[in-house]
Amino acid sequence: MNKAALTPLDQQHSYVGRNLPREKAKRAVHGRGRYTDDIMLPRTVHAAFVRSPYAHAKILKIDVEKAMAHPDVVLVMTGSELKEMCTGPWLGTLSVFETMKTAPQYPMAVDRACWQGEPVVMVVAKSRALAEDACELVSVDYEELPIVAHKETALEPGSELVHPDLGDNLAFEKLIDNGDVRQAFLNAEHVVEGVFDFGRHTAVSLEPRALLASFEKDTDQLTIYTSSQTPHMIQAIIAKTFGLPEHKCRVVAPFVGGSFGLKIHSFGDEFAATAATMKLGRPVKFIADRLESFVTDIHARENRVTGKIAVSGDGEIQALEIDILSGVGAYSQYPRTSVFEANQILNITGGPYKHLNYKARMRVAYMNKVPTSQYRAVGHPIGNSVGEALVDMAAEKIGMDPIEIRRRNIMEDDSYPRMTASGIEVADMSHQQCLETLVQRMDYSQLCEERDALREKGIYRGVGIAAFIKGTAPGPAGYYGAGGAPIASQDAATVKIEPSGNIICAVGVTDQGQGVDTVMQQIVATTMGVSPDMVRVIEGDTDATPYGGGTYASRATAIGGEATYQAALALREEVLMLAGALLQAETKNLDIINGNIVDVGTGNIRISMAEIGRIGHFQVAQLPNDIQPQLSYTKRFRLRDALYIFTNGIHGAYVEVDTDTGWIKLLDHWVVEDCGRVINPILADEQVRGGCVQGIGGALYEHCIYDDEAQLLNGSLVDYIVPMASEMPNIDVAHVQTPTRVSELGSKGVGESGTGAAPAVVMNAVNNAISPFGAKVFAQPMTPEIILKALRKI
Amino acid sequence: MADEFINISMTVNGEKVSANVEARTHLVDFLRNSLELTGSHLGCEHGICGACSVRLDGVVVRGCLVLAVQCHGSEIETIEGLSDSGEIKDLQEQFVERNAMQCGFCTPGMLMTAAELLRKNEARSREEIRDFMSGNYCRCTGYHAIIDAIETTISNRQSGGCS
Repeated sequence: MNKAALTPLDQQHSYVGRNLPREKAKRAVHGRGRYTDDIMLPRTVHAAFVRSPYAHAKILKIDVEKAMAHPDVVLVMTGSELKEMCTGPWLGTLSVFETMKTAPQYPMAVDRACWQGEPVVMVVAKSRALAEDACELVSVDYEELPIVAHKETALEPGSELVHPDLGDNLAFEKLIDNGDVRQAFLNAEHVVEGVFDFGRHTAVSLEPRALLASFEKDTDQLTIYTSSQTPHMIQAIIAKTFGLPEHKCRVVAPFVGGSFGLKIHSFGDEFAATAATMKLGRPVKFIADRLESFVTDIHARENRVTGKIAVSGDGEIQALEIDILSGVGAYSQYPRTSVFEANQILNITGGPYKHLNYKARMRVAYMNKVPTSQYRAVGHPIGNSVGEALVDMAAEKIGMDPIEIRRRNIMEDDSYPRMTASGIEVADMSHQQCLETLVQRMDYSQLCEERDALREKGIYRGVGIAAFIKGTAPGPAGYYGAGGAPIASQDAATVKIEPSGNIICAVGVTDQGQGVDTVMQQIVATTMGVSPDMVRVIEGDTDATPYGGGTYASRATAIGGEATYQAALALREEVLMLAGALLQAETKNLDIINGNIVDVGTGNIRISMAEIGRIGHFQVAQLPNDIQPQLSYTKRFRLRDALYIFTNGIHGAYVEVDTDTGWIKLLDHWVVEDCGRVINPILADEQVRGGCVQGIGGALYEHCIYDDEAQLLNGSLVDYIVPMASEMPNIDVAHVQTPTRVSELGSKGVGESGTGAAPAVVMNAVNNAISPFGAKVFAQPMTPEIILKALRKI
Repeated sequence: MADEFINISMTVNGEKVSANVEARTHLVDFLRNSLELTGSHLGCEHGICGACSVRLDGVVVRGCLVLAVQCHGSEIETIEGLSDSGEIKDLQEQFVERNAMQCGFCTPGMLMTAAELLRKNEARSREEIRDFMSGNYCRCTGYHAIIDAIETTISNRQSGGCS
């Protein structure tokens, strides 16, 4: 720790840095987790949807008569009827992306369906099964329209158009050209290049999207239970879409069964179900089934990146140039947009390195496919895969070890703050320490020797290395709020003392199983000097928590944790002040340990927190007249100019490739990462491990496969493969802790970096394994077919 | 089809249950909606993810692939039953201590399957545990912690520790 003075976080009785178990885990193991679909309200009816079977079609006629006549149906609503309830269309743009364009979108298709799966008609009935029965009774006449199915041709002149009104399919284009890239490549001793393809994939949260909305017509009060990471954002956009007063829309996120960025967006079917409760005045539930999830949950990652790198004979990276073609869906996802993936690739590719010459172009193309948007580690799996593959290729070209070339080019640990070649300020990173730690933990030389020895026996193993940076905890100067979306980049915590002396902490950030609530409990317990069981944390309810942005972009601990720390410090100060007044002692001579106010030095107990709570609430007359206890403090925390709090780290992987079948076996995986101060090591480790496996899923298995008609061919869990226990490696995790200077807590984000870097290291390890054949793979997922093609076996 | 109702009775977590259900209702919809046993979860409803795993006459099955009417006369155990009986108390404690779940949605199914492995009462390698658990998807943990928790529980039971 580089903090000069000891803070309450560093004190002897600190719960920071300890493995406190999660309360929610205790409920989950007994089947007592309470998810949205577990909540049952009287008179609830259920929504199901008729969805477009075509990727692009004009809606000629909708006949709902038979569905309406079904005795168990209570409402049938078409897209145009829903449009009438909306204040206007969604526009998935942000003003910070100045030239970006998008078409107006309504929650359900109005006169044209633009992707297979877009909702067209909603049927609400007494059960989900009955609603689905009645969906079968709806008849829709379509006229098929020309389809844009491939990003590679979507931007060519004369291409068919997703939205003719836009003139072309280009959503956004951006170019950065820093340093003198042209000259650097002209003068370069060595240049290597590649074209990298990344398949489209999707979050597959095990709990699908879910919503239970209840509107009371007599009071105009709307309550929504929904599986969401961002209750306040949902509140804001529901209110805006339907013209409701925001303060009368309560959004509750109960247990959330996996999210990974999926659940920070607006989805038309959820808005339609909300409209249904407004019409009916009785609760409406919509639980996406797995099949409709595949064609409505946001997709991500579909990108083709062309990259080249210039390197000197002694291994100095001289320039990097990439060209990104990002294939998104039919609309830019409201309200966060669909251009972030490409923008993050542009921001972070080659980010660990000192080179100054960097050129990157991004183009984002609309297609008649499911809209794409933010999914865990937005852009990073792609940017890291491209950058780290190019670094390995450069090393191979000059005959240098992959560790050595990185050692020569990574930013020095004592060189911050500084800029990346992409023009972003980074600080408080530890590439050097992480690299040397990794070399030791994976026993790099021994591993390489083993690999080489096995090659003699026809066993092809590969050792991979991939360094990374990860943007976490976005600041207010960046994108969402600054760009006009109702999304807070600051966050808030209220910490209050109850008459019992126990502490309630309410936070704007939310928990989806990461342990956000436990982390806050540890911060408050430590700061207040009480045991964790004296602290209860409330999150996920707009009625009960201060306004905040929720959880996205690895921000919960970095932003919400600092707000919580500051609120707890303020309450601590007041508790000590009250104790001082009651005890006629100087505040500076008092401390709080184990729920008691004690004398500094001797540790003698003077008064308990329970007494302070009781007197502060009920017997204020014991205090001088000029003391007005507040007993509750709300603090907010924002970043200043920083775009993100960047984290860094490095992965190692050991894999074996069966050159006859193309099957990749993951033998070992190592991570050394720097998320600043670790509040709860086991929670941080598991974020990293889970993140890695999600990244590995994208690198090896997961792929939304579309045909030329833009029909999704594998939209079920039978056909869309996610990682299973038997294929995954054990993952060794270590942390270097360099606190961020932007907060007193010093924590950075940890939830996404595993996902951001794992695909890169696995791809590098696979390419290392098949290097004896002169083969390379640059496409993810790296299926057996792709491996065998690279090996020229098929 | 939709209006075909059938009378069934079965034992669920040791309690006799009788109901009149639609023939097409699968077991987990029946457990969740009619009996309010919401610990069994639906992640795919086509037999892949394992979140709906329950015990039917002593064997773990995909609750979404069994119709409630097929269970007439059977004995069903769910995570609620296993929790109340204390059969997997040690496993549950290990899951909490090892943080072998995040969102918790897969956890009841994961525990039902792990309970089956524990009942075999044999030492198992990590690879064998991974293989056995491969029919249960977890999107959060990456499985490492789950395997740790099961391995520790097996090892404790083998050494005569808490069981």
